[in-house]
Amino acid sequence: MNLLEVPKGKVFRVVNYRGGRAVGYKLRQLGLCPGHQVKVLRYAPLGGPVMVDVEGRSVAIGRGIASRVEVEVI
Amino acid sequence: MQIALIGQPNCGKSTLFNQVAGYKAETGNFSGTTVTFTESKVRVLGNVVSVVDLPGTYSLAGTNPAEREVIKYLTSNTVDVVINVLDASHLSHGLAMTVELLELNVPMVIALNMMDEADRIGIRVDVETLEKSLGVPVVPMIASKGRGIQPLFVKAYQIGQQGVLPIQPKYSNDLERNLALLEVTLANVESYLNPRALALKLLEGDRDITESVIEQVPGVESDLKTIGQSMKHDRGQSLEWIINGERSGLADNLAKRVIQQGKRQITFRDRLDDILLHPVIGYVGLILILYLFFQVVYTIGGWLEVPLMDFFAQLEVWLLSRLGNSDHLFSEILVALIQGVSGGVAIVLPYLVPFLIGLGIMEDVGYLPRVAFLMDALMHKIGLHGKSIVPFILGFGCNVPAIMSTRILEDKRERFISAALSTMVPCAARLAVVFGLVAFYLGPELALAIYIFNLFVIAVTAKILSRLVPDESPGLILEMPVYRIPTFRTVVNKAWWRIREFIVEAWPLLIVGSIVLSVLNYFNLSIYLNTLARPISWILGLPGEVGVPLIFGILRKELSLVMLGQALGSMNFAMVMTPVEMITYAVFVVFYVPCLATMVVIRKELGWKMMWQIAGMTTLIATLAGLIARGISAIFY
Repeated sequence: MNLLEVPKGKVFRVVNYRGGRAVGYKLRQLGLCPGHQVKVLRYAPLGGPVMVDVEGRSVAIGRGIASRVEVEVI
Repeated sequence: MQIALIGQPNCGKSTLFNQVAGYKAETGNFSGTTVTFTESKVRVLGNVVSVVDLPGTYSLAGTNPAEREVIKYLTSNTVDVVINVLDASHLSHGLAMTVELLELNVPMVIALNMMDEADRIGIRVDVETLEKSLGVPVVPMIASKGRGIQPLFVKAYQIGQQGVLPIQPKYSNDLERNLALLEVTLANVESYLNPRALALKLLEGDRDITESVIEQVPGVESDLKTIGQSMKHDRGQSLEWIINGERSGLADNLAKRVIQQGKRQITFRDRLDDILLHPVIGYVGLILILYLFFQVVYTIGGWLEVPLMDFFAQLEVWLLSRLGNSDHLFSEILVALIQGVSGGVAIVLPYLVPFLIGLGIMEDVGYLPRVAFLMDALMHKIGLHGKSIVPFILGFGCNVPAIMSTRILEDKRERFISAALSTMVPCAARLAVVFGLVAFYLGPELALAIYIFNLFVIAVTAKILSRLVPDESPGLILEMPVYRIPTFRTVVNKAWWRIREFIVEAWPLLIVGSIVLSVLNYFNLSIYLNTLARPISWILGLPGEVGVPLIFGILRKELSLVMLGQALGSMNFAMVMTPVEMITYAVFVVFYVPCLATMVVIRKELGWKMMWQIAGMTTLIATLAGLIARGISAIFY
């Protein structure tokens, strides 16, 4: 399951990032690392970014990147 | 003694710095405001120490230029003590970098900032346990309100003087074993890092450091390979992830031990995003907010401009009547002096002051990253991503910080395009030209139309540029800060800091430029400069006299308005220019060659070549845009 496939407002756990090294790095810095809890807050229209809550912090992520963030049900 | 302030973006470092140093660093409620180092002398316990504000960074690995600068500084200079600023309301994130700082093994103090914010969301931090676990003093504080700053600096001074070193973080046994092995191999390597930190950086795969170490100890390469393979075999992850996992694990554990999560009060601020980021209302809100902003600037500016202009016009008449003969060079210079002064007081400042205060409020509230969120999809359509909107928005204040803020972009191509485009954003100086000329004489709707036309031209240029320099942009990753109510003090200080820049640097130039022009006019020399610019003024259907103000306008964009009045012989532009000429002139000024200060910054950030490319490109675009504006406005007038 990836971040774009989960329902809004429910909490999931980050498992992995299947993508480039630099982007993976950036995500980890903002708290999107394996084990952390994540919740989708809202989507920007017209294919814009998705806003998630990671451990109490709001982060906006482009959909391309979000589709590569694997999550699992807690 | 030297004290360095370090912390993650938007943790309040610059706010803290400004509290002790007076307003010297740009602040704003979004990440990446500080991109250069700012230093200030501060008195602590009767001794003068220097305090250095570093750009915010999420870690010490350095994936973009701003982060790399921080590491370079921390390791190359002799810093006596590091103040690690942490946002108490997001402690576990901040602690991950604290762990990295501990590895550097330098004297350190932790400033636990934003205690009020933590309180609001129901977080309580056990300061004593945190201190004991890290072996580093922790001082709770609220930088925005000035609380806890004195004790913080006293503590930092003491720690720096005694040279107290922190406790080294302990990782899992297998990692520690490998670290110990590497440390022995690296014992004689010359580096700014201690052997343990060096070993960690090598395992992490830091490219620059690995290269320099392999030069000294070629055998290290195979050691690293062996360790990497055996740990990957045991844990199923690459070394890079293992080490980062260990660090964040340590930080998470520590955070769990010291944080007590109480009841979170849901307030209006938490609900605000539901409105401001709503798929429909959000955009209506964006337009409304920008329109309101525009109206307020126009209303206040016009309200001040009229009486001030009247005053200076009367002063001029009165002075000339006292002198009697107006053909003297002396009286020409006197008139020029008055016009230079009045250009600043009556035309520029009335719009600049409300504009800068408004921009400051929007920055501090935290609305700008939301604009990036809303605009990301649109920005992608023109080949950029939402983050590039930050330089754009800063550009409305001044292009110089806008160019500097392109450092938050990782990619060189994205940086060039964003820098080129942000020079086309009408800064506050050009705002004065648009408002003082077009809005004042032809109405605010036309000024707004010029701004919309400007956005359109930028979008088209972006599209063309991103075609010419194609690249896959990776997409947006941007933290959305918590909404904050800006304090009166920071907004006023910030606006004053920027206004002072105009008064000290631009205004004298305006006055001198105005006088130089009157001398040129008196001796009939301006004709040569006008001839030089004639090709452009001819194409645009403008009077030949605009050559001088346009050329001087490269020094400071305000000059292109103040000197225009002089060149044409009247500050009442309705008398000497047709509406079509006013619009065409304003549009050309909005786009053509960035001012001298901006060019200097572009050269510093991106090099000579790109500077000339941008200068040439903008002149071309300005001429085309001017022609279009001339054509369209000719239909209506």
